Amino acid sequence: MNLHTIVIDGQKIPFRDGQTIMEAATAAGIYIPHLCHNPEFKPHGSCKLCTVKVNGRNGAACTFHAAIGQEVQNNTEELNAARRSITEMLFVAGNHICPYCEKSGDCQLQAMGYFLGMMGTQLSYFYSQHDLDASHPDVLLDRDRCILCELCVRASRDVDGKNVFTLSGRGFGTRLIVNSSSGLLKDSSIEATDKAVDVCPVGALLVKRKGFQRPIGERVYDQREIDEVSLEYDQAIMGGDHG
Amino acid sequence: MSLSDTERQTIEGIVAGYWGKPTKLLQCLREVQQEFHHVPREAMALIADGLDVPPGQVQSVTEFYTFLSTEPRGRYDILISDSITDHMLGSRELAGYLCERLGVKPGEIRSDGLVSVDYTSCTGMSDQGPAGLVNGYAITRLDRSRIDRIVALVNGNAPLSQWPREFFTVEDNIRKGGLLLDGQFNPGSALKWTLMRGLDSTFAEIEKSGLRGRGGAGFSTSWKWRFCYEGPEEDAFCPVDKRQQIQRFVICNADEGEPGTFKDRVLLQSYPHLVFEGMTMCAALVGARQGFVYLRGEYLHQYQHLLKVLDERRRLGLLGSNILGREGFDFDIDIHLGAGAYICGEESALIESLEGKRGIPRNRPPYPVTHGYLGQPTVVNNVETFAAAAKIALYGGVWFAGQGTEKSKGSKILSICGDCTRPGIYEYPFGTEIAEILKDCGAEDAFGIQMGGPSGTFVSNREFSRRLAFEDLPTGGSFMVFNSTRDVIDIARNFTHFFAHESCGFCTPCRVGTMLLKNMLDKVWAGHGTAGDLRALTAISQLVKTTSHCGLGQTAANPILTTLNRYPELYQSRLKAVSFEPGFDLDAALAPARQLTGRDDAYAHLEQEGP
Repeated sequence: MNLHTIVIDGQKIPFRDGQTIMEAATAAGIYIPHLCHNPEFKPHGSCKLCTVKVNGRNGAACTFHAAIGQEVQNNTEELNAARRSITEMLFVAGNHICPYCEKSGDCQLQAMGYFLGMMGTQLSYFYSQHDLDASHPDVLLDRDRCILCELCVRASRDVDGKNVFTLSGRGFGTRLIVNSSSGLLKDSSIEATDKAVDVCPVGALLVKRKGFQRPIGERVYDQREIDEVSLEYDQAIMGGDHG
Repeated sequence: MSLSDTERQTIEGIVAGYWGKPTKLLQCLREVQQEFHHVPREAMALIADGLDVPPGQVQSVTEFYTFLSTEPRGRYDILISDSITDHMLGSRELAGYLCERLGVKPGEIRSDGLVSVDYTSCTGMSDQGPAGLVNGYAITRLDRSRIDRIVALVNGNAPLSQWPREFFTVEDNIRKGGLLLDGQFNPGSALKWTLMRGLDSTFAEIEKSGLRGRGGAGFSTSWKWRFCYEGPEEDAFCPVDKRQQIQRFVICNADEGEPGTFKDRVLLQSYPHLVFEGMTMCAALVGARQGFVYLRGEYLHQYQHLLKVLDERRRLGLLGSNILGREGFDFDIDIHLGAGAYICGEESALIESLEGKRGIPRNRPPYPVTHGYLGQPTVVNNVETFAAAAKIALYGGVWFAGQGTEKSKGSKILSICGDCTRPGIYEYPFGTEIAEILKDCGAEDAFGIQMGGPSGTFVSNREFSRRLAFEDLPTGGSFMVFNSTRDVIDIARNFTHFFAHESCGFCTPCRVGTMLLKNMLDKVWAGHGTAGDLRALTAISQLVKTTSHCGLGQTAANPILTTLNRYPELYQSRLKAVSFEPGFDLDAALAPARQLTGRDDAYAHLEQEGP
């Protein structure tokens, strides 16, 4: 196995052939912000939170392959400002109801906002209308809170083997749809225990009657910042040797 | 709504033609749409079963492409081209007149279900606009009298076949030829030369010609073909005989969606043999057996014509098995129709679309040249690139490289439109000055040009000594002229709306950012902008440009950035003196309250003017 190195923010990092910048960074204990990436699934590259500068050019760390000679900028003011704007975009595109959302405190979008120092936004909200799907006895789909990361799409297809979700539409009208004859969750094979539900980083897919089992104040990101939690989680998935 | 037995049978008949072929999903949906003026929910299940795709994919593909719909459109579905050059020819007023005469609103269907009218992105008729589409077929040179006649034909329920032919006439308007457009081309002659000279020597000619992709990006054609032949790195060490078994594909990108360009339409109309011959020659060089022409849906009127030419080529022994009698030289070409999605001009999105999916650009690497259609090595080239390659096979690389500049060899075909007296097709050697082109096309009072369409650059009249070249002003073909009566912000706004409409929606910066830019620019355009809005507009533009997934997002802010950079004073003059103005109309937001209380007096309105 060949072991080479790249440089991230001045620090030499080893990588293996075929690894992405994100994988190499995670293995080395460097956090690169991300929402649509999860090492359990094929890299996707749509949220663009993980944008880094590779030899002066922007790229998504989760899909960009590490290669000899790369100088990567990650934790810089410029990149974090861009990430903050992208996070703001996700907030204004949906209808995120943090103060009374069941996922508050466990939500990665909210945690990302705090981590990047987002104090609100100057961008105009779209207040777009989305259909709520409450048809299923155990699982709720609230498209208002969906950030279109496609983690549920990938999890349902690749782990649950059910292919319940897909993205439909185009551009700003893109939305999550359910792969069933009626288009409703109740006619799909989804279950509350599915990976697709568990992997949702926001409050778009929720298990009914569980929302407030753990009180606010005791939730994941009430205690720790997302960089710490995320690194720990991703490294655990990548295995003992982180890679 | 439930399908009748006959409707069900019709759908089953259509599906049967594509049985078990998931890659044909888009083609199948186009047919269903044509027949039913939408894709009924029940049909989706039948299609999913028949083509062996998940039902969700049928819905998601239907909802991705503009020419497909889940809700019924009119039996006459009229779309008016919304390019800036159509606007300049009065398309918006004409569309208003058409809607008024028909008693329908844009974007809606008339209550009797007979007709619907909407806008669509540039239909590739900018030299003969205002233009549009009726049930997918191009109509040109619209004016009030034509609209009157169309209204009568629609209301009289006249089938399209009975409409006057001149409505559907599409002119070539070739004004100036050059290396590609001049001279006769005998079908088969370039292929004969290719075989006579030998594949290696022909490849050397392509190399020598310095040909670069004509779609705009300008990647070296010989490199692309070589990478395709060599295939993925993991196959590099496989024995030569295995390399010959690798399935490879040649795709002609005729998804000419950049507003203002139409030269590929003319090449396909009047030089189809040249294009197909270029593809066949490429197939011989890279070792491909199957080719596709991805024809944009707007060019449906060319479909039958192209099928005929392909048939003719099969008869001439220029397609099919043992081409020109050469044992094992097998290649054929299919035509795949798009359905209204600019993004499918991006090569990896085009391949996704060809595979029957939504046109979402792939993550790269790997590139299509090694992992393209069905994951196999694939050459995707522009129509003009294939035409040039065929001519190079015939006349040699030196002949071709005799024109142009050091980094841009040969000639470029331009589609010229806008404020000029002779719009149409012009071929120029690379290196030609913009001023010379403007003189030729009769642009007397040009204030600026848009080079390369909305994703290109605005060039002001202070820069007309710049040159047509990859190293200075590259273009896929679009060349729009604007005179001094035009409003720069109008132009930027039209382009910005275009990108917001065409964003595929995959990545956050483009999906949300293009819509933000649209709304912010609208605010400035309407006279409600402030200095803060311009700062925000610049910041979001930069973000969309630098963090988007593909070329669409990376260029979507160019219209704003290039005009803001050249004409800051024009933007400044639109601003309000206040430092902040809300992004939404407060008074309009009170409309539901007024409606509920039945009031519309002066006290039920907010004062609109700020201090």
